[in-house]
Amino acid sequence: MENSKRFDIQNIRSQFPALHQQVYNKPLVYLDNAATTQKPQIVIDRLKTWYEMENSNIHRGVHYLSQQGTVAFESARKTVSTFLNTKFTHEIIFTKGTTDSINLLASSLGKLLVNEGDAVLVSGMEHHSNFVPWQQLCIERKANFLVVGITGTGEIDIEQYKLLLEKRPKIISIAHISNVLGIINPIEEMIRLAHNYDIPVVIDGAQSVCHQKIDVQQLDCDFFAFSGHKMYAPMGVGVLYGKEKWLNAMPPYQFGGEMVSQVSRQETTFNELPFKFEAGTPNIGAVLGLETAIQFIESVGIEQIAVHEEKLIRYALKKLQEIDRLRFIGNALKQASVISFLIGDIHPYDLGMIIDKLGIAIRTGHHCAQPVMEYFGIHGTMRVSFAMYNTFEEIDTFVAAVKKAALMLE
Amino acid sequence: MTIEQTQQQIIDEFSMFDDWMDKYNFLIEMGKDCPLIETQYKTNNYLINGCQSRVWLHASYDGKQISFSADSDAVITKGIVNLLIRVFNDHTPEEILASDTAFLDKIGLKEHLSPTRSNGLLSMVKQMKLYAQVYQLKSIQQSHD
Ligand SMILES: Cc1ncc(COP(=O)(O)O)c(C=O)c1O
Repeated sequence: MENSKRFDIQNIRSQFPALHQQVYNKPLVYLDNAATTQKPQIVIDRLKTWYEMENSNIHRGVHYLSQQGTVAFESARKTVSTFLNTKFTHEIIFTKGTTDSINLLASSLGKLLVNEGDAVLVSGMEHHSNFVPWQQLCIERKANFLVVGITGTGEIDIEQYKLLLEKRPKIISIAHISNVLGIINPIEEMIRLAHNYDIPVVIDGAQSVCHQKIDVQQLDCDFFAFSGHKMYAPMGVGVLYGKEKWLNAMPPYQFGGEMVSQVSRQETTFNELPFKFEAGTPNIGAVLGLETAIQFIESVGIEQIAVHEEKLIRYALKKLQEIDRLRFIGNALKQASVISFLIGDIHPYDLGMIIDKLGIAIRTGHHCAQPVMEYFGIHGTMRVSFAMYNTFEEIDTFVAAVKKAALMLE
Repeated sequence: MTIEQTQQQIIDEFSMFDDWMDKYNFLIEMGKDCPLIETQYKTNNYLINGCQSRVWLHASYDGKQISFSADSDAVITKGIVNLLIRVFNDHTPEEILASDTAFLDKIGLKEHLSPTRSNGLLSMVKQMKLYAQVYQLKSIQQSHD
């Protein structure tokens, strides 16, 4: 049934108002989706309805709106839980985004597991959000911060990973898909290897969650973090999935309302999962928008999206290869939604500025991942990243613009 | 030429272009005329680090006027760097301190000096003014000696 659904690109595009605008009198070609995706009208409408009609504070009121709000909020949690196929709904914690989810872990899981002389392992291709929190934790705890290297094609060095496992890190945190290289890391294998030593694995799913089906039970990851705004949902909401056994064992991250059950002068007992990790009033409207975004993704079909984006990336790789002196940064077989490249010694910023004036939005620079730049001995790249609404024509426009800019900059 | 006259000259030059590509082509050419910083100064000490592009700036003072030399790793940035140098070069610290960079607005390049661009240009203007301030202080001190 799923697979028989037609992928109607024009219909999809028509639902994203931001795509239908001109910048500098040119039709916008939005290829910066790894930074954030545009929002479909129904997500925008969901936010609007929340603030127009439903706005209330949840989990605490006796009145109608508050009760309705609570029901809607908890239904959103259920939707996220089903989307990721978690074992329990209370394994879904709402956060502000990937960065917030990882900071929660570095603080709370860090307190639980990491002591002086211990180690934490990340990779050299992490976004700063999945690098700096762990690095800082290690500095604070006088623990070792281990960074597994990457190969010339931009893949995690699995042999080195195996060696580093011998050091028995207490936590491993790895990106599912690199935001710079688009490389899909072999996380199933990495998780399996880590579990041989009972080491919990955190997956930074910021770049994978809207590009492929995620089944956390099948992956068997211990934690999975992502941001709503990179998957057609509003900004200011994200998710942390954690296995119940870990979330129960972990101390609270922040303290305040909502997350407590009994408070006296002397002591406080904390609320149960998931509320233990949701101190204060959450971004309720955005959580409901996230639910709508998930329903939207499911109505299009995540498999169909993956197939379409795979075609886009293959087409773009082929087209870009026509350009003189162009080289891809990271060139592995398993690549999704993101392409990084350089042309001769053209500065990415120059090229980005010129094609911006041709209506094309890409990202240039180090993409908040300076360690990976170090591996390749470069300061930055030009990065295009795709979403379900991008078209082959847009790639043609983009490649033509790059050619034009490259000529100017030669 | 006064600073204002140079600025007007640049505005006139840019008024010939109605297309962004022509403007950028012109900036790329301008970059090639930039008085290049000597390699001995192209070090971290003279580096103005933007997140997107980097600029190196050096100033010297003959007791009357300041002259600048610079470089950038991005050619469009370098073109704008040279515009700024054309405007401020061989002027007294007082003249430099009394002037502004509003002309960039008139040629549609103001956005390049916004802090969010982080291309080093805003910091470069600040640095040029700082040089002017320092040299002004120096010359005041000397005149009191
Ligand atoms: C792989 C990866 N991790 C983490 C983040 C941080 O996400 P956010 O800024 O939404 O917290 C990003 C966003 O660019 C990312 O691409």
